[in-house]
Amino acid sequence: MCRLFALTSEIPQSPMIAINALNVMKEGHDGSGVGILLRDLGGPFEDMKDAPILSGIFSEQGMKRLDLFMMDQGFMTKYKMSIKVPKEKLPDVPRRAMYLVRAYEYPEDWEGLTESEIKRRLMLTRLQIRGMGKEENDMIVFSFWPDTIMIKEIGDPLDIGHYLGLDRPELHARVIMAQGRQNTNYAINLYACHPFFIEGYATMTNGENTAFIPIKDFLSSRDFPGYTGYESDSEVFAHILHYCMEGLELDLDAYKHIITPLQDTDLKGHPDAEFLSHLKKSCRPLIIDGPNCVIGNLPDNTVFMAQDRKKLRPGVVGGRPGMYAFSSEICGLDATIPDRDKTTDIQPMHLDTVIVGPDRQEVEICPQSQALHLQH
Amino acid sequence: MSSIASITPSTLSLNDLPWQIEWNKDKCTLCGQCTAVCPVRAIEMQVYRKKTLNTSLLPGHEQGKQFSTYYGIGQKTNVANACIGCAMCNMVCPNNAITPQRNPGVSRLKFHMNQDGQPRRRGGRKNSTESVLDQIKFTRISMLTDPALDAGRHEFELRTLLGRILSPKENMKRLREKGWIPPVREIYPMVIGGMSFGALSPTMWEGLQMGVAYLNEELGMPVRMCSGEGGCPPRLLRSRFLKYVILQIASGYFGWDEIIHAIPHMKEDPCAIEIKYGQGAKPGDGGLLMWHKVNKLIAAIRGVPQGVSLPSPPTHQTQYSIEESVAKMIISMSMAWGFRVPVYPKISASSTSLAVLNNLTRNDYASGLAIDGEDGGTGAAYSVSMDHMGHPIASCVRDNYLNLIKIGKQNEIPIFAGGGIGKNGNIAANAAALIMLGASGVQVGKFVMQAAAGCIGTEHDRCNVCNIGICPKGITSQDPRLYRRLDPEDVAQRIVDLYVSFDTELKKIVAPLGRSTSLPIGMSDALGINDKAAAERLSIKYVV
Ligand code: SF4
Ligand code: SF4
Repeated sequence: MCRLFALTSEIPQSPMIAINALNVMKEGHDGSGVGILLRDLGGPFEDMKDAPILSGIFSEQGMKRLDLFMMDQGFMTKYKMSIKVPKEKLPDVPRRAMYLVRAYEYPEDWEGLTESEIKRRLMLTRLQIRGMGKEENDMIVFSFWPDTIMIKEIGDPLDIGHYLGLDRPELHARVIMAQGRQNTNYAINLYACHPFFIEGYATMTNGENTAFIPIKDFLSSRDFPGYTGYESDSEVFAHILHYCMEGLELDLDAYKHIITPLQDTDLKGHPDAEFLSHLKKSCRPLIIDGPNCVIGNLPDNTVFMAQDRKKLRPGVVGGRPGMYAFSSEICGLDATIPDRDKTTDIQPMHLDTVIVGPDRQEVEICPQSQALHLQH
Repeated sequence: MSSIASITPSTLSLNDLPWQIEWNKDKCTLCGQCTAVCPVRAIEMQVYRKKTLNTSLLPGHEQGKQFSTYYGIGQKTNVANACIGCAMCNMVCPNNAITPQRNPGVSRLKFHMNQDGQPRRRGGRKNSTESVLDQIKFTRISMLTDPALDAGRHEFELRTLLGRILSPKENMKRLREKGWIPPVREIYPMVIGGMSFGALSPTMWEGLQMGVAYLNEELGMPVRMCSGEGGCPPRLLRSRFLKYVILQIASGYFGWDEIIHAIPHMKEDPCAIEIKYGQGAKPGDGGLLMWHKVNKLIAAIRGVPQGVSLPSPPTHQTQYSIEESVAKMIISMSMAWGFRVPVYPKISASSTSLAVLNNLTRNDYASGLAIDGEDGGTGAAYSVSMDHMGHPIASCVRDNYLNLIKIGKQNEIPIFAGGGIGKNGNIAANAAALIMLGASGVQVGKFVMQAAAGCIGTEHDRCNVCNIGICPKGITSQDPRLYRRLDPEDVAQRIVDLYVSFDTELKKIVAPLGRSTSLPIGMSDALGINDKAAAERLSIKYVV
């Protein structure tokens, strides 16, 4: 079972905090890979919150092709952070030419576009680069979005953290999501590594989504180009979240009603019974199955945790005002925020979505039995 | 055979018959029960003559011959009375003295079942044990990150939806704007398929209804039953149990006068309306209730004279095309119940099914599509239709489902698959396979008759005389002497047994696949088949 850790903090923190937490939970993953998402960035990116940042792995040739492509599109490099790969190669970690984190200026002709048009174009640009990379096997792109950095690599999280020097101040961030991978179903493919990201929405999970194929079929047929990829059965969690909030314009508390709807007997007494029964029917193919703990992040930097219908995975949320962590195991939380009031730790149960908002002042528990905020 | 009998082309010997009676003289008490029960009068009391030769050379023994006669059971060899292998004779024989045996050689009866230019008609099934569904295995067992679920302990949500489901966006929009949202029923995924009151005996129908009511009201299983084309007893129409019934309308419109008149008196809406355009067992052919079965009661319910054969036309005579059917009939039926009742067509599986489906996708009032495969059963049809017409259900359902995915409507128009589910006894496995290929649920008929009423028909052309009112089990007969053999209470009990055991088996299939929170519709990654061509055709894994 993979291990998950997320942190949301008023003060930007080093990604190594999350890596250490994963390391404490090492018994639970085999060190076959790590994925990190950084948002609400500190460091130099603090001053360019709107500039889209491209994160990915590139070969020499890939870099050249990327530069040509981006120039062609009218993107100008605004800030570049290159992670120099040490000479000494880590065993089992593929040799890469470049881990790229680069902020761009928008093309001039994008000026005056609506926000939603800009979002759509950013996503399409990412998909185009991904497509190009697939053809030549020379680029892997994880995200292309403002205030967002994503790094994924095969290998032991701690080793990789040191190897790539993830401790550097440029990478400090207020929201950090990290997954230590237990390799199971799929040959290791970086596109199958968590977290998954789409238009500002990210999720990571551990477990197995046995309803993957019908969900994938449903999302792929929504006529939305971003619902693609699916190298992992977990990518759909991010896309369902996006569909819930962007497609259906619902609030986060509706997410769990889509992936694990209430049973009819429980629906009957619910204050939003009518709405929920329609949601359950029309979103029936998006019901997940199998054990899953989901940790997710929204464009406004809210972080949340939700469990599967039977709560077959561990998960705990705790901290203090200003800093909260979401962890698969309590030891991960202890290693990160030892000085918290442990009596207020929360282990979300099968109906709960546990949310820490962008102000990071408190943990909100949002059980499915409660009335919905409905549309955001 | 006496010497004056002539030998005609259709004079047959026992060797030419598919079923041969073995009669044991030593055990037989000549009670006559077998000859009385035989539905086709295949056996009769016969006089046998025996010659005994005395060839002893011992002194005092007279040489010569002696004649004696004795009585026994003999089998007729004429076409009309050929044994159908029902084994009722064996069932009633107190001494087990008689039993039908399948002819180990080659029967030639088939060549003669066209006397007076009348091709063979029968009830039953296709008479073939071939089944792609039986070959499908469930291969994606959750073993790694997901320890398989416990079928006996965990909660399962295995219901399905019948009705037009709007896309999530459209549904939210209409909720906001208080627009019309099509009715959707949440039902058990195995529906008792359309078998009419008329095709079935009153005791069988009553038993089914009682069983269904018990499942709903005592066990909380929302099982639904389709009426078939033949109307519905007036009391049922006016009772609260109507909500468990899917009313079928077909091209003969039999019984609909009564139904329409009952609408103002209905306490509950029916579950749904099924418009039958086709049937898997006899595609392109209408329903048929032969005169033998049209007694006073049936005639009254159907609104026809007594004792006449009731063939429904192959097509709905008032319409020219499926487009028109969709536009007119589905909407009129919806309107009749104030748009509160789902209305969907049932068609026979065909390589043209996709065209029908495409028509439905454009019409919000179409609330599903039932597809009946070539292995479907019938109360009466021409043998040639049953044996040679139609399309297998698995690939038809798959094609339709994949087409819905292509246009993003896989959750909007539920497909119900019928025809041959459980034909070799594997009902839960067959149903689960169809669901994972894309069906929202299944319709079963023959299995229900076999399991719940003891129908003895088999895929080896046993019995299959459902059409002429002589059903030896009283299931498809309107003759009180026959249908009294069937106690409705027993049928109801067996329906409950069938559903409860099916439910356990279904859980035993989905639990190891790691599924429990919803019915695994379209979970094709769970399926594998040991046949490369079939795997490719169905887009599932080839496993050896
Ligand atoms: S098996 Fe049936 S049809 Fe044949 S002789 Fe016995 S009772 Fe008659
Ligand atoms: S037992 Fe009755 S229903 Fe079954 S095949 Fe024979 S005649 Fe038909």
